[in-house]
Amino acid sequence: MKRQFLKTVAAAALASMFATGPALAADITGAGATFPFPVYSKWAEDYKKLTGTGLNYQSIGSSGGIRQIRAKTVTFGATDAPVPGNELDRDGMVQFPAIIGGTVPVFNLDGFKPGDLRITGAVLAEIFMGTISTWNDPKIAALNPGKALPRQPITVVHRADGSGTTFNFTDYLSVVSKPWADQVGKGAAVKWPAATSVGGKGNEGVAANVSRIKGSVGYVEYAYAKKNNIPHMLLQNRDGKFVAPDDKTFAAAAVGADWFSVPGMGVSLVDAKGAESWPISTASFILMYKQPADKAASNEVLKFFEWAFQNGDKAALDLEYVPLPDKLVADIRSRVWSQIAR
Amino acid sequence: MSLDSPADARSDARVAAVASKQRWQDFLFHKVTMLFSLLVLAALMGIIVSLLINAWPAFQKFGLNFVWRVEWDIVNEEFGAAIAIVGTLLSACIALLLAVPLAFGIALFLTETCPVWLRRPLGTAIELLAAVPSIIYGMFGLFIFAPLFAEYGQPALQSTLGQMPLIGPLFGGAMNGIGILAAGIVLAFMVLPFIAAVMRDVFEIVPPILRESAYGLGCTTWEVVRRVVLPYTQKGVIGGIMLGLGRALGETMAVTFVIGNSQRLSASLFSPGSSIASTLANEFGEAADFHLSTLYALGFMLFVITFVVLALAKLMISRAEKAKGF
Repeated sequence: MKRQFLKTVAAAALASMFATGPALAADITGAGATFPFPVYSKWAEDYKKLTGTGLNYQSIGSSGGIRQIRAKTVTFGATDAPVPGNELDRDGMVQFPAIIGGTVPVFNLDGFKPGDLRITGAVLAEIFMGTISTWNDPKIAALNPGKALPRQPITVVHRADGSGTTFNFTDYLSVVSKPWADQVGKGAAVKWPAATSVGGKGNEGVAANVSRIKGSVGYVEYAYAKKNNIPHMLLQNRDGKFVAPDDKTFAAAAVGADWFSVPGMGVSLVDAKGAESWPISTASFILMYKQPADKAASNEVLKFFEWAFQNGDKAALDLEYVPLPDKLVADIRSRVWSQIAR
Repeated sequence: MSLDSPADARSDARVAAVASKQRWQDFLFHKVTMLFSLLVLAALMGIIVSLLINAWPAFQKFGLNFVWRVEWDIVNEEFGAAIAIVGTLLSACIALLLAVPLAFGIALFLTETCPVWLRRPLGTAIELLAAVPSIIYGMFGLFIFAPLFAEYGQPALQSTLGQMPLIGPLFGGAMNGIGILAAGIVLAFMVLPFIAAVMRDVFEIVPPILRESAYGLGCTTWEVVRRVVLPYTQKGVIGGIMLGLGRALGETMAVTFVIGNSQRLSASLFSPGSSIASTLANEFGEAADFHLSTLYALGFMLFVITFVVLALAKLMISRAEKAKGF
């Protein structure tokens, strides 16, 4: 009698496992960059309501995303720093941009409001190198005539963790400043040269430190500056114009980009041409296999991004990201997704 | 009453059966508990071996110099553990310097001079403090303690201790509120309840007769503590301190919040630095290839440091016991 009961329980357990199996398998799995995580999760929420298919996205960082997709534990990987073309070919993967955003330099000076300080890339690099160490330095004063700059030491705040935001920011400084390129370079984490520099964990850590330490300067993804009301700087772009960060200037940076000039579409948007371009704009990329082990899962991912590119623009703009232009989406569909076996 | 009556033989057989069953139970019990203990050993060995395997490329490239090198350049792949090791040891030492005297005072008050009605609530408060998760200490440190420390604590230290010869430079430099000293102070808050709770427990086990005899001879409270309580509880006191030190060395989240996360060595305790645990927490997510291997090497260093500290503690205890002639 007892044994019969146990058998029934076991059978029921097995049956329920198989019954829920397909529903679980239909969830899309991805891992990688933290920078686009807010918009991916918003898209996923809307998409789940519509189709019932969920997205399990782990924002473990770009390098983590690349590792996971190489280990094939996820169906797509996400990275802010594009993977070079030869590595994509070696792994049999494709790469395409999914969203565009921007990094902004932020500061904390008494009496200064967002956009009250103008800066050029070269001077910004000198500040972050520590060669400019007080706010009333002649080089900063020359860019900001009529502003009363205090004789206050500058504290540099940077990311303590490796990050796509840091990659993007140091990529920009390397492009606009030769000393930076020679002495520091670019990467998800670098050796910060300024004598008084403090590291914060995550965008929120940098935001917290900048809003707390008087006379500090840092860099965050734009949404964090806006959300925490931390003053940003106006940055001089390649055309010599001082621009404010917003969705329009981020989008302007992407307009002139020739996406297919680099294998894997890994075009750098920093210091882009155009009078309206924000100089530290960036795209965040998706990695997928050309010959996926699980074609059904891979198709679900493509379906998700197809839906997001069609219907996710408003959600992206609400979160201070810039959706891809329609022409670029059409190109991704015809030239990148066509390589993925369905 | 002969031994070989049939009834006795039956009962003998029964006794033998019970005995053999018990032997089996004891045997099984012994083996099963041994298996459990061996599992711990296996886990420990597994951790050491996997750390070493993953760290091997880093040790291969830098050799033992890895321990002394003052360098942490991820872009150019130049690494050394010195900055993180110094940060770890310094912050842990500051924590103990502050926490041990305080904990000693708390434990003494609770066991020797505290009014009985206050004992329970105070003891419970200390135990509760020990149960606060470390992330809470980190947030408290970054958002509440650090601004106050920058505004009042650091200027006060700089204008007093900072003016003294020799130790002056330790309190120089920019006052941001976060840095190695801040990390040490927050760590002190964290380990204080651990050390205090252990000390209180061991002070309580001193037999009342010893204590009362000393008081009866006319000793002051301090003399009782110094001559009776401390010698009797030495082992437990050292154990409590080591427990606190172990937590301070490995503490990750709270330290990451307040240490400043800067890969630099500086003469000043005000300046930001980094510990082994904070470096691992910060960089593990985005590390790849060789960088990852150096992080494993750092983890291995932490393991070695903890092991050395524990070994030293055991050595101290056994020396002290020999001196006492136990």
